Amino acid sequence: MIAIQDNTMNDTVNQAVTHSSRLEQCFATLKQQNRPALVSYLTAGDPDADTSHRLLHGLPDAGVDIIELGMPFSDPMADGPAIQKAALRALESGQTQTKTLEMVRNFRQENSTTPVVLMGYYNPIYCYGVERFLTDAATAGVDGLIVVDLPPEHDEELCQPAAQHGIDFIRLATPTTDARRLPKVLANASGFIYYVSVAGVTGGSAPTPERLENSVAHLREHTDLPIAVGFGIRTAEQAATIGRFSDAVVVGSALVDCIEHAASGDDAVEQVHGLVSELAESVRACREVDEQVIS
Amino acid sequence: MNKPMDLSSSLPDANGLFGSFGGRFVAETLMPLILELQDEYATAKNDPEFQRQLAYFQGDYVGRPSPLYFAERLTEHFGGASIYLKREELNHTGAHKINNCIGQGLLARQMGKKRIIAETGAGMHGVATATVAARFGLPCVIYMGTADIERQQTNVFRMQLLGAEIVPVTSGTGTLKDAMNEALRDWVTNVDDTFYIIGTVAGPHPYPAMVRDFQAVIGHETRAQMLEKHGRLPDSLVACIGGGSNAMGLFHPFLNDSAVQMIGVEAGGKGVNSGLHAASLNGGTPGVLHGNRTYLLQNADGQISDAHSISAGLDYPGIGPEHAWLHEQGRVEYVSATDAEALEAFQICCRQEGIIPALETAHALAEVAKRAPTLPREHLMVVNLSGRGDKDMMSVAHHLGEQLDEAC
Repeated sequence: MIAIQDNTMNDTVNQAVTHSSRLEQCFATLKQQNRPALVSYLTAGDPDADTSHRLLHGLPDAGVDIIELGMPFSDPMADGPAIQKAALRALESGQTQTKTLEMVRNFRQENSTTPVVLMGYYNPIYCYGVERFLTDAATAGVDGLIVVDLPPEHDEELCQPAAQHGIDFIRLATPTTDARRLPKVLANASGFIYYVSVAGVTGGSAPTPERLENSVAHLREHTDLPIAVGFGIRTAEQAATIGRFSDAVVVGSALVDCIEHAASGDDAVEQVHGLVSELAESVRACREVDEQVIS
Repeated sequence: MNKPMDLSSSLPDANGLFGSFGGRFVAETLMPLILELQDEYATAKNDPEFQRQLAYFQGDYVGRPSPLYFAERLTEHFGGASIYLKREELNHTGAHKINNCIGQGLLARQMGKKRIIAETGAGMHGVATATVAARFGLPCVIYMGTADIERQQTNVFRMQLLGAEIVPVTSGTGTLKDAMNEALRDWVTNVDDTFYIIGTVAGPHPYPAMVRDFQAVIGHETRAQMLEKHGRLPDSLVACIGGGSNAMGLFHPFLNDSAVQMIGVEAGGKGVNSGLHAASLNGGTPGVLHGNRTYLLQNADGQISDAHSISAGLDYPGIGPEHAWLHEQGRVEYVSATDAEALEAFQICCRQEGIIPALETAHALAEVAKRAPTLPREHLMVVNLSGRGDKDMMSVAHHLGEQLDEAC
């Protein structure tokens, strides 16, 4: 029994080595271009299925490199007001786990390169059924999962089964993750490391770049995985500053705010893609200054 | 099972699990803090000085031990089992909640924390927390749903008098679960200096075990008091359950006494089949919320449903993980009482015993009304009179269709 499990594990590992994932390819390409990835967060089904579909499909053209798609949950304990409201809007318009997976499947029919990472809380996955969820997510073309309330202590719940399905489990490291704990956080991490820039909820106060740069540098000493930075990044200027020393910059609440304040679905699409373009331009140019200085 | 499991001391395991329930389902930001709390609590549990201070405050400040009172008129009224009331409503602040707050307050002080936060539903835990914070000279922020603020005005004022800041929570349905979400958001933002006093046997490990231990004083006293009065253990224990801290406090010291029957009473609202209730075990399914796996009121997609109860303190869509486990083990019987049954029992207790119980407690009394008449006088039944009903006057008046204002 144990021997069989070991073989399965080896097969998965070998697969991962021979076929590089969309996330690996994405980061490899960006490394050649010497620029960080722009990661966007939107809640699936916000504000409604149709608008959400249009928002999602337009993200790569607007300049997003990696898509984080939120699975709405009624009780998002780690989110600030903007993403809380987004989840409620999505749920009120009838969003479900099944529909979220369907969105990814539809997206994959026209885009086979942009990585899609599902982000959310464990309960909707647990209720869907972990094995069923991972099977459906892998089939739909999901590349990774970020599940806020599953620390490494519960790796057997989802993190390890996800690896069996070839889905990356993206771990959050935070300002409270001390040296003693870091190895545990990194142990089963894959895809990239998401550094939570400030202790708090999403959409909160902006991090100070100096402290952040030190934290990212410290993380690099312990992992070869790319490091994304998120929480509190709202503007093109912030994204550029943080993009100079991180491998990816995550913007969520600022985009979700556009949806809240939009006059219509069309307006939401225009505003979100507009802000994404601005952020993308800024992120693409953020290391050029450094290069000029060096040359 | 080959031999009886030791139900009282072996759980939770090192990962905070009671069978498959419990655990530590929290954001990474909170993990180091939760592990630190676990260590600090483990140390305090075996520290004679901490236990001495706890005993001192339980005695001179809270007023323990609370009496185990023979409710002679209630016994006659129902005409069956001998009914004993464990008078937790006589504690300082009027409910069992202070037992836990004193314990966690001492721990907060020992850990050098500078700020206390808590969630509250009916306001009893908020009042107890504000009280302890005042006593220990720590600033205190209480998160309370706007719907609960509306129906528990008196407790809001009490907390303010005690120096606490009340933060109204509008998110979700503005009840206890939303207040808990908001308290968790505060905690994750202020990890360095803040101690979160969770009010029930739920949340991430070590809270369910820690709150249980602080509340177990109820059961330990009951045991000694009943032995002194009758030279034997009670035959049954009855307690109401929202998160389940007063029930766990009463039940836990008796879990290995297989002859002692235990009945937990959930809030049945307008009936468990109506969809408008707060009975997580009788009408819910397993899920993960607020740091632990337990039974939850939720839809098939894992979205948490709104609980409904006449009593703000039971208006929670989950239940402590140890209760979920005891339910699956069959050690404790979990039943429910409707709003109407609780209101009826509330009035009987007022008139027969001159004791105005909390609406939460009235749910336990409603089960007594069903069960006691069928049992002989020799049957010794202990009901946890977990809180007093002063806070519920306006609510009860509203439901009984009276206007207290006019009467005054």
